[in-house]
Amino acid sequence: MKLKTFAGGIHPPDNKQWSSHKAIEDCPLPAEFVVPLAQHIGAPSVACVEIGQHVAKGQEIGTAKGFVSVPVHAPTSGEVIAIEYRSHPWGPSLPAIVIKSDGDDRWSTELQPADPADLSANDMIERVRQAGVVGMGGAAFPAHVKMSPPPEKKVRTLIFNGVECEPYLTADHRMMLEEPERILQGMALLQSVFGAERVVIGIEANKSDAIALFEKHCLGTAVEVVALKVKYPQGAEKQLIAAVTGKEVPSGGLPMDIGVAVHNVSTAAAVTDAVIHGRPLIERICTVTGPAIREPKNLRIRIGTLLSHLVEVCGGLVEQPGKIVLGGPMMGFTQLGFNAPATKGTSGLLLLRTQDIDPRPEGPCIRCARCVQACPIRIMPTTIAAYARRNLLAEAAEYCAMDCIECGSCSYVCPAAIPLVQSIRYGKAAILAEKRKSS
Amino acid sequence: MHAVLYSLLPACGVAVYFFGPSALSVLLIATLGCLATEAVCQRLMGQPVTLADGSAAITGVLLAFNLPPSSPWWLTLLGAVIAIAIGKQVYGGLGSNPFNPALVARVVLLISFPVQMTTWSAPAPLGSGLDLVTTATPLAEWKNAVMLTGQLPDEMQGSMANYFLGNMPGCLGEVSALALLLGAAYLFYRRVLTWHIPTAFVGTVVLLSGLFWLINPAKYPNPVFHLLTGGLILGAFYMATDMVTTPVSTKGMLLFGIGCGLLTVLIRLFGGYPEGVSFAILLMNAATPLIDRYLRPHTFGVLAGKA
Repeated sequence: MKLKTFAGGIHPPDNKQWSSHKAIEDCPLPAEFVVPLAQHIGAPSVACVEIGQHVAKGQEIGTAKGFVSVPVHAPTSGEVIAIEYRSHPWGPSLPAIVIKSDGDDRWSTELQPADPADLSANDMIERVRQAGVVGMGGAAFPAHVKMSPPPEKKVRTLIFNGVECEPYLTADHRMMLEEPERILQGMALLQSVFGAERVVIGIEANKSDAIALFEKHCLGTAVEVVALKVKYPQGAEKQLIAAVTGKEVPSGGLPMDIGVAVHNVSTAAAVTDAVIHGRPLIERICTVTGPAIREPKNLRIRIGTLLSHLVEVCGGLVEQPGKIVLGGPMMGFTQLGFNAPATKGTSGLLLLRTQDIDPRPEGPCIRCARCVQACPIRIMPTTIAAYARRNLLAEAAEYCAMDCIECGSCSYVCPAAIPLVQSIRYGKAAILAEKRKSS
Repeated sequence: MHAVLYSLLPACGVAVYFFGPSALSVLLIATLGCLATEAVCQRLMGQPVTLADGSAAITGVLLAFNLPPSSPWWLTLLGAVIAIAIGKQVYGGLGSNPFNPALVARVVLLISFPVQMTTWSAPAPLGSGLDLVTTATPLAEWKNAVMLTGQLPDEMQGSMANYFLGNMPGCLGEVSALALLLGAAYLFYRRVLTWHIPTAFVGTVVLLSGLFWLINPAKYPNPVFHLLTGGLILGAFYMATDMVTTPVSTKGMLLFGIGCGLLTVLIRLFGGYPEGVSFAILLMNAATPLIDRYLRPHTFGVLAGKA
């Protein structure tokens, strides 16, 4: 069978063998949780509890501020001991609520299960919003916003993203194998919300067991299981849509512009928890992996668990890591240490040894065009990066800098080790800053 | 980059076989001259010396390939200095030069020293006991005949088989299509070369020269002759594929190759010089920034947005 895919892209070693065979384990609860108020794209939530207050598991502790925002919830029962700036995976210290566990892990009594048959689409969207569900593939965009397209943008095709193309990560893979019903229920709920005609789940061909399992579950249903070629970034939203539908999302537009919506499989599972069980998003699957960790694992972790705790649960470090990455090696965030907490978007904690990273000195660009061939969005990374580094922002924008999806394929293939995607990211931020200043 | 050096070895061997010690000395002087010039320039500019990257050595070998086997030592050395100092380092070194450095040197020498640069030797294979004697290249042989009589010569000195093997007068690295194609096959295998520029270049030459040949076979030589004589194979596979001086997009590369082919045939058939490959490539080098500007890949979703 010919596997579907997109044009361009790269073939990094997938390195999933460290953890792909490890069943999901419940991570033992730490004594203390640090829950950041900003874990999603959009306005951070605002603390609605006070220091000294007792909170129940699942109780709202940060209220959403505005439409593109979601609340955050207590990951366990206990006492609020601080509301202060704490280390955050994004880099700077950001406001967080610190909860000392009381050891009971007792659910809030206010959370109510519901029968989806009694709920309207709007009820379901509201339950998803209240549960603080965000896109769990990494971008952490509030799910209820994606579920509420304007009426003129009818979503006909709903795609579920089980691609997990980032090397090393196996969290979605394990969830698909071990909790397919949770995902399938969420898929059905989302289909009814969108009224989508076509429902597809896309899975990369290196997860043949997950493909087989979903084909079995989806037999006789309207859900198509699409096996996709192993290529990075196959799981990027636009590339997945191109592979499945053959259509391209317009430059500067959104998937809904061509009648498509994409949700991660683990987001679908979170939707099931929210709509049917009334449970907010307080846990997720996270792959702790890499050559520098003693025992790689797929862990079910509570949001707010410190990275240091995850390292401890996985048997500690083999040696001092050369690089600590939250997420995958291609698009993850490098960390300075283990003080930051896991958030709703934390799909993995990757620990590399010094010898696993390749700090070559940067050389001159000889215009070999490998970045141009690899770019899945078909821009000219070397040209844009060169403009961005000289602060020629208008030129960078003219060469479609803003279309960059920051997948890092260009930096990966560059034989001269030029930080291409890094330079383009800088350029994009500078272009946006200019725009804000002039408007 | 070192793969390119290895790929040039078969053609070096053929050059030394047919043209003997003089070919070897041109190769050595050009290569060492380029390395020395690069080191001196980088020293003077206070930059790290980067001879190990292989690029100056490649320029040296390619320059030698573009010189007659009988080139005097001073001509070769001058060429090496021009290639690296004026062709490359003044622009900022590796990656910044707009023109192919070896071709810049060749054309400067050709215009400045036309006698030395067009004195050709008939091949004298090693062990044959022959001395190098002066003669004309096949392209010049044809061009002289056409200029004098308006017709192809009745009989050419060489045969197609000899042209293919490299048993003909010419620049020392351009003569053997066989050796050059062997090296190119290695570069394709190593994925250093992509097919776009060589195919577009050679294809255009074959099509266009074929057209003229069909119109008047008495005056215009057939496409195989164009393919095997002169510097077409060397130019199309090694000079026009220099990444630094050629476009980055697929469409741009195809246009670059087509432009090179067009200019080569026009110069060969209607220009003052019998050979036009180096001028064609340099002219297209000059057009590269324009091509890169106007023939960009279509960004994902841009056409979709317009539809």
